[in-house]
Amino acid sequence: MTDAQPTGADQATDSYTLTVNGKDRPVTDAWIGESLLYVLRERLGLPGSKNACDQGECGSCSVLLDGMLVASCCVLAADAAGSDVRTVEGLSPTGGLTDVQRAFVEQGAVQCGFCIPGMIVAIHDLLDRRPDADELALREAISGNLCRCTGYGRIFAAFHAVKQERARAST
Amino acid sequence: MPAPSLPSTFTRKRRAPGLGESLLRPDAPAKTSGQFAFSSDLYLEGMVWGATLRSPHPSARIRSLDPGPALAIAGVHAVITNDDLWGSRTYGLERHDQPVFADQVVRYHGEPVAAVAADHPEIARRAAAAIAVDYEVIEPLVDPEAAMTAPPIHPDGNLFRHLKIRFGDPGARGEVVVEGDYEVGMQDQAFLGPESGLAVPSEDGGVELYVATQWLHVDRDQIAACLNLPREKVRLTLAGTGGAFGGREDLSMQIHACLLALVTRRPVKMVYSREESFLGHVHRHPARLWYRHHATREGKLVSVEARMVFDGGAYASSSTAVISNACAFAPGPYLVPNAHVDGYAVRTNNPPCGAMRGFGAVQTSFAAEAQMDRLAAAIGMDPVELRLANALKTHDKLITGQVIIGTAPVAECITACRDLPMPEPLAPDAPALALPGGAGLTALPGDVRRGVGFAVGFKNLGFSEGFDDYATARVRLELGPGDEPLATVHVATVEVGQGFVTIAMQIARAELGVREVVVQTPDTQVGSAGSTSASRQTMMSGGAVQMACSAVREVLLERAALDLHLAPADMVLEEGQLVTKDGVASVSLADALKAGPIEATREFHHAPTEPLDADGQGNAHWSLAFAAHRAVVDVDPELGLVKVVQVATAQDVGRALNPLAVTGQVEGGIAQGIGLAVMEEMVLDQGKVRNPSFTDYLLPTALDMPPVVQTWIEQPERLAP
Repeated sequence: MTDAQPTGADQATDSYTLTVNGKDRPVTDAWIGESLLYVLRERLGLPGSKNACDQGECGSCSVLLDGMLVASCCVLAADAAGSDVRTVEGLSPTGGLTDVQRAFVEQGAVQCGFCIPGMIVAIHDLLDRRPDADELALREAISGNLCRCTGYGRIFAAFHAVKQERARAST
Repeated sequence: MPAPSLPSTFTRKRRAPGLGESLLRPDAPAKTSGQFAFSSDLYLEGMVWGATLRSPHPSARIRSLDPGPALAIAGVHAVITNDDLWGSRTYGLERHDQPVFADQVVRYHGEPVAAVAADHPEIARRAAAAIAVDYEVIEPLVDPEAAMTAPPIHPDGNLFRHLKIRFGDPGARGEVVVEGDYEVGMQDQAFLGPESGLAVPSEDGGVELYVATQWLHVDRDQIAACLNLPREKVRLTLAGTGGAFGGREDLSMQIHACLLALVTRRPVKMVYSREESFLGHVHRHPARLWYRHHATREGKLVSVEARMVFDGGAYASSSTAVISNACAFAPGPYLVPNAHVDGYAVRTNNPPCGAMRGFGAVQTSFAAEAQMDRLAAAIGMDPVELRLANALKTHDKLITGQVIIGTAPVAECITACRDLPMPEPLAPDAPALALPGGAGLTALPGDVRRGVGFAVGFKNLGFSEGFDDYATARVRLELGPGDEPLATVHVATVEVGQGFVTIAMQIARAELGVREVVVQTPDTQVGSAGSTSASRQTMMSGGAVQMACSAVREVLLERAALDLHLAPADMVLEEGQLVTKDGVASVSLADALKAGPIEATREFHHAPTEPLDADGQGNAHWSLAFAAHRAVVDVDPELGLVKVVQVATAQDVGRALNPLAVTGQVEGGIAQGIGLAVMEEMVLDQGKVRNPSFTDYLLPTALDMPPVVQTWIEQPERLAP
């Protein structure tokens, strides 16, 4: 998309390839100061990861980097070359909604929706790591994902709905 | 209050299909999968990035400003300052007292001084920083009390409004008197989606702006004046809006982006950083309030005296409306026969303050409810009983002399809230995260004391004090794909997350008996919807959608009656069929639509209100809403740490058109209230904002948020559509 770079003393640029949602995505002559979040959003056409604080405080830019949950605003994009990046756009293998996404829709967990992609990535990560996570574990896991609209109540409800659905599916 | 002028087609004979059901949000799937385009997600080939240079000083004169160093940077397309403006140099919601760029003087920390357009956001930021500004720093005026007598820091003076309320016998004295001073801090809306948008120059010399806002038409009018363009050449389209809570009522990047687009003849994207967002929008007014309550020994309120000073910061924004609400609702939702209230909204060199959820009513509620607790203690009465004994009801008078003719279920809210289940006591083995201090692991269960607080509040719905408040809706019904009847709703109603997009669908389904409803992207190609604020859109824009649907239905009935050689009055629309009243003959919607689409545009105006007079008297408000809250909190008194354990609430919601949406709105509102009560405050030091980040301005997280137990009082407002 955009190919501009800033100029100045630290105007160094680099070309590298990111592996995003299983696909190799070349990035050409990009300023090395660009965050992974910026490159995903502005160079690779993947704006699902959001930019609410750009300081690693709000969780809205959460992605998985080699399976580890990170704030993509605090990762230099060039450093992510060679790693496997999974964004909210790549969570569903089928392209439809995942069970967590569906539960968010059905439980009324979405209002303005700005925090939701990061929240969804974080909850998938939690349930992948700890399928038996309880509500306190959820609260702790998403305490770095700020939501200003919902007061989190319907998000907790969505979490419980997913757990119930998964429990039913496994019996 | 004058009788409401409701159109005769408004009916409430039965609960229409689609209303009262928890229809799921149509935008939710895209919002969960990252496919929903927010205002910061926009992209156009060839676009450049805008950035703002802001004053680091709360008060200064600009001796000189040299854009040269910025323009010398490769990749910079334009720098604009006050000297480059060709239209109005000021704007504002109620008064045009805020400069587009500082005009020789800066009046608050973060005031825009210049804007830059460049190829890359980092170039734009560096270029803005490279602009050479020579400031002569002036001692800022930061004390709102002193502002009233200090030399004016703006040609319009330092007093936005002094509102007096003199009601009954303002000198009345009670047998029991309690007095207190209260302060409420400055709260930030902290919507997650930063101020952002994309301005695109159009071939006719105008501009298209895709933006997150609360009121497209008022934005457009202010922008057009500053661009010196006719309104029709400034076209706004709503971009995905990541929350608002009042903070998007005032303009932020809109004018700057449009100016840059017209100067560079390129699309210009602007996205605020979080720090810039904290500096770049208005906040909740901090307030100092003094109250004296008079009551009988039996606990009947005799009089309320209050004096309150609201710090409006550098520019007017909506300060005059905020102080109006603060004064009108000063005693809380209680019957008070006598009142003496002085409210001041003043100008200082602090950040500008304006709209935030429940403005005015929130600040006074804090003080007035604390007074009710003091009064209960002084009388020796249960604080909930004291509130019940004084609860407002229909036909009572507010201290503005207005008789409440709508619903006023204050006592119902209080008793319903009181009766909600209490939480379990703190378990001796409670996890540390559940204790005050949480993850800090500081409090010990044995040191924790539990307390219960109770408060009641109320506020107005819709715009007050004589404003002709209205909303427009255009509804088109036609045969869609597969000859299925398709309704298209076109409103300029901004969706900030509150869920009007769902409500509009529900109303159209209920009124027209159709399944397929499309709600178009809001823009300025249809009449104004008014602001998404003041708790007004479900009634106002919802009312307009209902009226437009009714008009479409009238045409359907005429067509069907013509087919059957009957009169339209003999026909009704039921479950997607145009049926004769005796049920003998019918025409399908699809058949009636074969003659072509039907379209209707209607405006809903709420009943007129009037400005408050010199004694603060008048029928200033259209409709009111009430709520009671009970908070259970654990406190470690030695450490001063608080953990909110549960909030119970009973709210007067009128009629819950979408129960799931109401649930979420109540929970979200309580989260912001908890934030204000225990965590949030913009910290100022001589006018400088010290915590413009989510690191230092703390919002309630999932660990801070307690369970919310809620119940609703559903008494549909007689005045509402």
